[in-house]
Amino acid sequence: MLVSFSMYFHALNEQQKNNIPAAAMGLSLTRAAQWTPASSGTGKLESTPMNESLLKEILSFAEQFGSQHPQEALHVFQEPLQWSTTLVASDFKTDYDISDSDVQSNERDSEGLPLLQLSPPTVSVRSFSQLSKLIHLTEDKKVEEVQACLEENRYPVVKILGSSVASILQGEDTNTDVLSLVDKVKDQGKDSEVKVKLFLLLRNLDNKLLSKCLEEIAGKIRLDPTAVKNEVDSLKQSSIEGEKRVLKSIRYTSDYIFSNGCRAPPWRQVHGEMCYLVIEPCDTETLCVTCSTAGVFLNGGVKQEGEESGYERTSDVHRDLRTLLKSRSPHFAENINTQDFAVQEPPSTQKVQHVEPVDTEEQGQPQCSYEQRENNVNENARQSLYKTGGEKKYEPCPRWRNLGLTSPCGEAEEKKGSKSSGEEKSDGIQKRKRGAGAKGKMKAEFSASSLPGRLSSQKIKTSAGSMSLDAFSESSSESEEEEEQRRQESNTDLPSEYWQIQKLVKYLKGGDQTATVLTLCAMMDFNLMQETCQLAIRDVGGLEVLINLLDTDEVKCKIGSLKILKKISHNVQIRRAIVDMGGLQSIVRILDSPVKDLKALAAETISNVARFRRARRTVRQYGGIKKLVKLLDCVPNLASLSANQEKDVEVARCGALALWSCSKSTKNKEAIRKAGGIPLLGRLLKSPHENMLIPVVGTLQECASEESYRIAIQTEGMIKDLVKNLSSDNDELQMHCASAIFKCAECKQTRDLVREYKGLQPLASLLSKASNKQLLAAATGAIWKCSISMENVAKFQEYKAMETLVGLLTDQPEEVLVNVVGAVGEFARIPANKAIIRKCGGIKSLVNLLTGTNQALLVNVTNAVGACATDMDNMAIIDQLDGVRLVWSLLKNPSAEVQSSAAWALCPCINNAKDAGEMVRSLVGGLELIVNLLKSTNNEVLASICAAIAKIAKDKENLAVLTDHGVVPLLAKQTNTTDDRLRRHLAEAIGHCCMWGSNRASFGDAGAVAPLVRYLKSKDKKVHQSTAMALYQLSKDPNNCITMHEKGVVKPLIHIMGSDEDMLQEAAAGCVRNIRLLAQANRKAVLFN
Amino acid sequence: MSEMSAMNRKVIQTLAETISKHAEHFNKTEVEFLIREFNVLLGEQTVSGRAVPGLDRGTFRSILHNIFGMTDDMIMDGVFRTFDKDNDSFVSMKEWVEGLSVFLRGTLEEQIKYCFHVYDLNGDNYVSREEMFHMLKNSLIRQPTEEDPDEGIKDLVEITLKKMDYDHDGRLSFTDFEKSVREENLLLEAFGTCLPDTTSIESFEHHVFQEQLEQ
Repeated sequence: MLVSFSMYFHALNEQQKNNIPAAAMGLSLTRAAQWTPASSGTGKLESTPMNESLLKEILSFAEQFGSQHPQEALHVFQEPLQWSTTLVASDFKTDYDISDSDVQSNERDSEGLPLLQLSPPTVSVRSFSQLSKLIHLTEDKKVEEVQACLEENRYPVVKILGSSVASILQGEDTNTDVLSLVDKVKDQGKDSEVKVKLFLLLRNLDNKLLSKCLEEIAGKIRLDPTAVKNEVDSLKQSSIEGEKRVLKSIRYTSDYIFSNGCRAPPWRQVHGEMCYLVIEPCDTETLCVTCSTAGVFLNGGVKQEGEESGYERTSDVHRDLRTLLKSRSPHFAENINTQDFAVQEPPSTQKVQHVEPVDTEEQGQPQCSYEQRENNVNENARQSLYKTGGEKKYEPCPRWRNLGLTSPCGEAEEKKGSKSSGEEKSDGIQKRKRGAGAKGKMKAEFSASSLPGRLSSQKIKTSAGSMSLDAFSESSSESEEEEEQRRQESNTDLPSEYWQIQKLVKYLKGGDQTATVLTLCAMMDFNLMQETCQLAIRDVGGLEVLINLLDTDEVKCKIGSLKILKKISHNVQIRRAIVDMGGLQSIVRILDSPVKDLKALAAETISNVARFRRARRTVRQYGGIKKLVKLLDCVPNLASLSANQEKDVEVARCGALALWSCSKSTKNKEAIRKAGGIPLLGRLLKSPHENMLIPVVGTLQECASEESYRIAIQTEGMIKDLVKNLSSDNDELQMHCASAIFKCAECKQTRDLVREYKGLQPLASLLSKASNKQLLAAATGAIWKCSISMENVAKFQEYKAMETLVGLLTDQPEEVLVNVVGAVGEFARIPANKAIIRKCGGIKSLVNLLTGTNQALLVNVTNAVGACATDMDNMAIIDQLDGVRLVWSLLKNPSAEVQSSAAWALCPCINNAKDAGEMVRSLVGGLELIVNLLKSTNNEVLASICAAIAKIAKDKENLAVLTDHGVVPLLAKQTNTTDDRLRRHLAEAIGHCCMWGSNRASFGDAGAVAPLVRYLKSKDKKVHQSTAMALYQLSKDPNNCITMHEKGVVKPLIHIMGSDEDMLQEAAAGCVRNIRLLAQANRKAVLFN
Repeated sequence: MSEMSAMNRKVIQTLAETISKHAEHFNKTEVEFLIREFNVLLGEQTVSGRAVPGLDRGTFRSILHNIFGMTDDMIMDGVFRTFDKDNDSFVSMKEWVEGLSVFLRGTLEEQIKYCFHVYDLNGDNYVSREEMFHMLKNSLIRQPTEEDPDEGIKDLVEITLKKMDYDHDGRLSFTDFEKSVREENLLLEAFGTCLPDTTSIESFEHHVFQEQLEQ
């Protein structure tokens, strides 16, 4: 009585890739069930979790059928379902006619034949009601019974409904409603309506089973980094560490893991590659293995990252590492099975080709009846079983792709697919619908006598096969991989351009020079700036052809090819592909051509391709930089040109464009300089044409990040031209000029030159172009750096630059703000400007910027705030806006630069605040914070903090708090420094900190005195001053006097007393006096005691 | 040889004088040398001793083949036809110098005219589909698998027409051709190489102008 659903099961054997086609209505499920390799016509269902769950599903369906659909259950099957049962006569009760071991049901059909008949061990059932009853009878062996039934009735739907009805129903689209189906089958017999209902019920079940399978399968198939990692880890453990070594070693080529878990470099990851392994098997040579999402294969030898040739695939794609190793290393294959692995691995997936004979055979005789074909398959199955020993119990995992590939219909469909792979774009679901709709076509390919069930199951298989391309691929041929990539890139249907380009590429491949030129011209008519066309050229193999053309002797072909490459290389993927294919070398070689057009085109193409690092490196490594620099050497006088010279200038322009792209790499900058590019660029800088000037200035400003260039730009007299072009009416050119000046104006001479050539006014007027942010950033940058010279600030004041700059403190992007604030900070060193900033509302804007996060900006803002705080009126506003607290909290910033510039800014704030002591105390934890910063290792931070401490310590109460936080030992610890800047502020801080309690003695105890004495030998006058003050304070403690005297402080102090600075004189004298007083007191003591 | 040139020096100079007025890209001396080269070639040709009015098709084609590396018969015939302005099946001295003026040093405009004339096989001032097909018929590798081996060529002709036939009359007029070439210079020799490349120009000029000077 077992049910009919074995139709879903489908013999599948991974090893042979043969499938013993199941019958029936089949949805993709057909391939989901897992069969043992069939040694005869009937396969055995494997007991895998998936099969079990499917069986259960079918079982419950059959069991409840009788009660849920009583009418349909009465329908008499066209043919009985027969199988060997474990039931015996005694199991049957009422309703059955039992004689000896035979049993007949009381329920009979119209002709009086029993609907159930048992003659052990065979049982035959002819209706669902009997089936349901039978299942109830079997009790605990239900599953086994269903399984036996399915195994022996491969095409249950055909048996139930009859082949003719089944075939009609199969032919219908899934969406057709019941009535129209009934119409279709009307002439097939009376109970057609019941049949249709039955069919629909079966189909519902089928769908349910399918989705169940999908759920399970989706989880496992495609490789991912984690899966690979797990496998490698487990191999490492069990293969290498175990007692029975199966591998010598296994290691990754790279230790670096990207965030997505891959180890392959990003440009290989786009091919789906995840990592590379070097595996040393015990018995064969070392294997270099690529693990990609599509599977595992040997490569040309990726040992270290960077070797381009190594990535090529040199073997078949295997499903996982074990299968690959088994196929390569007999030792591994032998021993790995003896080890106990957590995961039972199926035997090797052999390459797809192994099955192809079967396919072609089948394709070759599409008219043959199903039975014949099945025999073929079984024959094959037997053969391969024999070869592989036949004893092993296989546990093939469902690999849908393979099924799709091996089923004859699948093949046919594949072929169609590749011809019109536009359709393949549609996802699996759509494909399924299409599959159902296209059934008519498929029918034509198979004889009418071939079983309809099979037909549709094949059909469905195909759809699943294509679905697997997306998600479940385990191994794939080259073309499929490409297809997959394409799919990933865009999900739309292929446009008509794609086919046209494919055709043109075909002509390119097979054409002589004339045809090639014509074809190239035709290709240029496509919109090559459009990504569809760009990628189409790559996908149909056009890129290889174009690159190959570059190595021919045909000038016209090369010109045509470069004209196309020049355009399509605007696409990032194309650029990478060109470099991957070694095209850049060919292009670089063309730079030597005597044909000017070619040189220009090649250089222009390089300018597009060299937008990423690897490409720039390639250009350099193949001597491209030298060649490009040579292109710059055109005509000495750019003013009046003959037609021929104009071509030379064009070549030079393209060379400059290429150098501009290349100059984004530091090593290339150096290479350009070494090749003598700087004077040539300087000469081209005199060109009157913007299109020449932009790449030239672009290159210069890019290179100006290097000291050598900055010097050269200044000494070669380029500042004059740069300044001249600041007044150009081309924004881009102005921007590059300003940017070049920005970078060069670090040097004082350059700043002076800019002023001399009257460059400050155009810079100031660029501030009005506030809408072009890039230009504004460059201009404000140039103004900032130029204003480091006071003379320049005075000039800028004439042009009212200050007011405009303050206006730019709000609502600007950070790159502009950094420069504007930097400039404001420089301007604010002139007292008049401080007032202007205040009047223009700049203080508030600055204080607002203190809450930002950009470190470069914060450094400049604190600097500017500090500069402004030197003005009392400004300070009042800062205080009112709580600016000091904001600056103070920046001491917590992780950046040392921000810390120090904040500390420097605090100094004038504390100096000029009205009630500084109270203000500082109001900052909770502020003093502790500042004392802790004395633990910094950055001298600039230490110096700034010392300076701030010196200011804070002027307030006695605060000094007390500082002392409590341990400022004395921390300061003393730093005294051994040799940094004069730090010494100066450190001595100052020590001097101020002496004024509390026993701090003087503490400093002496902490050993701060002796190093301070050494400070007097410093060459820095400012160090002397603060040291003298500190020593004076320290000398008020007798012990310190003794130390000082021992260290020979008197002589240098006496020398310092001769200084013309009052403060210094006084401090030195005071110190000597204290030492002297002590000496006298000592003598008195000796005399009178 | 030197005797002959000594004898003819006077004649050649006068000839050169007249011819150089029509061949604008050569100066008088160069024309003189070209005339001498012509005479040498003519001398090689007239083994029979009978005087002929100029270089015949065979000689001219062997020049094109040996010196300028041309291979396509149809194109070489076209070049001969273009040189042979008076259609008498001989390239006369005047035609030789004038032809070479365009052939070696012609401006784009001259060369457009020249090429169009070469490609206009039947001289009806149009390059028709059929003419294109003839000229291109060997330009693609034929796939034996294809049903119609000429399909690719036909398609190529259609593609070319689509690109160059501006007035959409299904053939190329001179205006069409000129417009296309000005738009894309690569189309100058669209239907086959009929102009020498730079290296063969250099070697020919060197051979004619320099070596003879040294003699």
